[in-house]
Amino acid sequence: MAKVITPQKACAVNPLKMSQPIGSALAFMGLKNCMPLFHGSQGCTSFGLVLFVRHFKEAIPLQTTAMSEVATVLGGLENVEQAIVTIAGRQKPSIIGISSTGVTETKGDDVEGYLNLIREKHPELAHIKLVYVSTPDFKDAFQDGWAKTVTKMVEQLVEARPADAVRDVHKVNILPGAHLTPGDIDELRDILESFGLEALVLPDLSGSLDGHVPDDFTPTTIGGISLEEIATMGLSAHTIAIGEQMRDAALAMGKRTGVPFTLFDRLTGLEANDRLIALCAKLSGKPVPNKIKRQRSQLVDAMLDGHFHFGGKKVAIGAEPDLLWTLSQWISELGSQVVAAVTTTASPLLEQMPTEEVLIGDLEDLERRAIGCDLLVTHSHGRQAAERLGIPFYRIGIPMFDRLGAAHQTIVGYRGTRNLIFEVANLFIANGHEPTPETWALAEETGHVGETAATAH
Amino acid sequence: MSSLSSKIQDVFNEPGCGKNQGKSEKERKKGCTKQLQPGGAAGGCAFDGAKIALQPITDVAHLVHGPIACEGNSWDNRGSKSSGSNLWRTGFTTDINEMDVVYGGEKHLYKSIKEIIDKYDPPAVFVYQTCVPAMIGDDIDAVCKAASSKFGKPVIPVNSPGFVGPKNLGNKLAGEAILDHVIGTEEPEHTTPYDINIIGEYNLSGELWQVKPLLDELGIRILCCISGDAKYKDVASSHRAKMAMMVCSKSMINIARKMEERYDIPFFEGSFYGIEDTSDALREIARMLIEKGAPEELMERTETLIAREEARAWAGIEPYKKRLTGKKVLLITGGVKSWSVVAALQEAGLELVGTSVKKSTKEDKERIKELMGEDAHMIDDMSPREMYKMLKDAKADIMLSGGRSQFVALKAKMPWLDINQERHHAYMGYVGMVELVKEIDKALFNPVWEQVRMRAPWEEQTWEEVADAAIAAEAAALAADPALAREKRRSTPVCKCKTVNRGVIEDAIVEQGLGTVEAVSEKTLAGTGCGGCAGKLAKILETMDHWHPAPAEAPAAKAAA
Repeated sequence: MAKVITPQKACAVNPLKMSQPIGSALAFMGLKNCMPLFHGSQGCTSFGLVLFVRHFKEAIPLQTTAMSEVATVLGGLENVEQAIVTIAGRQKPSIIGISSTGVTETKGDDVEGYLNLIREKHPELAHIKLVYVSTPDFKDAFQDGWAKTVTKMVEQLVEARPADAVRDVHKVNILPGAHLTPGDIDELRDILESFGLEALVLPDLSGSLDGHVPDDFTPTTIGGISLEEIATMGLSAHTIAIGEQMRDAALAMGKRTGVPFTLFDRLTGLEANDRLIALCAKLSGKPVPNKIKRQRSQLVDAMLDGHFHFGGKKVAIGAEPDLLWTLSQWISELGSQVVAAVTTTASPLLEQMPTEEVLIGDLEDLERRAIGCDLLVTHSHGRQAAERLGIPFYRIGIPMFDRLGAAHQTIVGYRGTRNLIFEVANLFIANGHEPTPETWALAEETGHVGETAATAH
Repeated sequence: MSSLSSKIQDVFNEPGCGKNQGKSEKERKKGCTKQLQPGGAAGGCAFDGAKIALQPITDVAHLVHGPIACEGNSWDNRGSKSSGSNLWRTGFTTDINEMDVVYGGEKHLYKSIKEIIDKYDPPAVFVYQTCVPAMIGDDIDAVCKAASSKFGKPVIPVNSPGFVGPKNLGNKLAGEAILDHVIGTEEPEHTTPYDINIIGEYNLSGELWQVKPLLDELGIRILCCISGDAKYKDVASSHRAKMAMMVCSKSMINIARKMEERYDIPFFEGSFYGIEDTSDALREIARMLIEKGAPEELMERTETLIAREEARAWAGIEPYKKRLTGKKVLLITGGVKSWSVVAALQEAGLELVGTSVKKSTKEDKERIKELMGEDAHMIDDMSPREMYKMLKDAKADIMLSGGRSQFVALKAKMPWLDINQERHHAYMGYVGMVELVKEIDKALFNPVWEQVRMRAPWEEQTWEEVADAAIAAEAAALAADPALAREKRRSTPVCKCKTVNRGVIEDAIVEQGLGTVEAVSEKTLAGTGCGGCAGKLAKILETMDHWHPAPAEAPAAKAAA
């Protein structure tokens, strides 16, 4: 449906995109007792760290191999080795998640090879898992870094099982995309639990970055899924993957363990959640709980009440492919028109977006295309654009640094969709233009009838 | 209270009210004081009506003298728009307490007026009487008079406590208040031969501003709109207008008629809803102004403007025609002048169902009005399933109606558009009609309908299938059991105003041998309320052979003679 346009301009202005390594690091933050480590210069780490601190308003565990100019030229074996030894001694993690960066990829460091050498040299570190992901900054984007990392986790941390292994019918794997918040994951777990199903979430940000006050201080990640749990994921009855980005990870899980999977392109919207609930009912063999039935009915009502405000509205959305897909499908279903869609990286979904053009671009592109729109939807960096455009602004995605509660913004499930409808509808209502005596002034030449008539709320 | 009751009597004697004219001397004396049905009444009280009528006067402080319920539960609830002061949206109430009830609230009221004048310095304070202070005998007229002379500012008593009657009566009592205390108390800075008043228009959603530019271009000045976007001074000096247009609603007919009587300001009843009605209204304004001395060339300019703006409006509707052609609209409304939008809807290719009206000639309009008035009553207490059935039977794609049916329509998952007083969109004048068509298009083609009608994963059937099955089962049960069918038919309400079921009417016709609608009304009281069910009564009489197949008994012939 949509024409996908790649940028023609040389200079990105007001970037929408964030880099692959930090997507990768965020995925590692969903593991228990883990230390994410960037193989790169210390700036790579510090920018990522600050971004997450501003977004989550939590202490973020993230280390660096601190590549100097000389080390970069000579190769980073020593730095990687030192970093691992130091982290093992100080923070004592169960796993170190290593993501490469632009600097070390440009040099061409063979980190897999390094790790083999380090393993040979340091048998005393055998108890620490080392997972390496190649995530050059100059390629792909945030959600790609996340997806590649989860795939690696599946390949290296989940124990292989035969296709006919005996499975625990009550366990279900969840592979969430990078666009799901800790709140979203909590909501999904809640839904599964209401059917008596236990969710194994990889990676699980709901325990680590959901903003809680921990009982004691740990220098590594807190919460998250443990290595032991990950190892047993091959015995689950089913895998639920959310977001097209997670297809590779779900396939890897199937290949390694024979666990069948269902990929949900999104879990925001009535129909998508109907499919989820039908799946849960099938997997559990239990009737749909009344709580869920009520939630669906509430969502239908919210859609009915909300459509008055969404109908005919023009919307500009800037987000990573899976979040863009989720939001544009959802808002189109309520009668709004996505007239500007800007994203960060390639995805098979782009051509199917419910809009005319999808641009892989920046916030300057989005701002230009958003002229005449009724709503701007993107992460916090869109705030200046919204101000210049004089239109309401709905913040979603990472980073969200000028509002509290980013971790708990929940848009999945019947309940999450319902809340999203209310939040956005309330923005429309709050920004309804009051009519003035000039609203319907006669334009002598232009035959304007009906065009300038503003909507009063 | 004696002056209040004489005022009410005066309102009921209103010669401008067609309904009153049709009444006998005795009935008129009784007025509209028919007791509301306890347990079956809906709608606002006289205080509500008075407040609604006057609160769009924007720069005035509207002070409600009463317990917190009257203002606290209702303030800032109307969508009138102001081009200037927003003081009217500030809620002022004396919030009387037990001590006031025991010792009287007059001092409390007087102090409140003083505080308002000290803090807000409005050009005038309107004081609204409510039930409790009326019961304990607070004399707001006297307090207002004292405050007015003490503070040197108009303080206007609006004597319309809730219990004296319905909202409608309150509208008229509000009119009386400004006739007695405001209109004619100041002089306009200057006058022109093109000065008009618009009466009964509240500028909801800023609708007046959809029409004002047309008048501006013609050089016609709205000296005062009573009361939408009005300032106190406008109302006080409105007696110098050359003519007045009374916007459809008869709620302020007493103002229009008494201003004609006292200040020689002729008026006509018109509407700015619908393209043709807007043109007719503009022509009539021009004609009457010319009659009162404005230059003849005004008419020529008016016709030019009408031709241009009508063409623009039709052109504005044109793009929607393709998508809307053949779509069926069920238009149901009582209060608003929606019958006048019929032409515009038809022009956009929409088909109206539920009424037998093909073209909207003047006579047809009256009929639509009647039909719709009746249906509007009916729809108020419909269940979602019944509404679904009605829309399905009518094969309607969208329903246009007043606010209260919204929730039922939406629960029945039917596209619906609000055309009542609380709506958020402005539909007046030429631009307004284009806006209405645009809104219908938006509602009809919203993809949400497909979504919300999907069956839930745990349901065997869709909502519609369940409803269809239930309807079919009901129909089958009725077909199989004539006694049940008879009971069902007889229990159908016919006259909502007087709560008369069909069975009572059938019995009266058969037992007392009634042959005319009038006779049925007299014996059963059906049709003596709003009169909207006259058509139904006629139909019952016509089809007597069907529901009473036995050869008509002798008394029927007697009554016919």
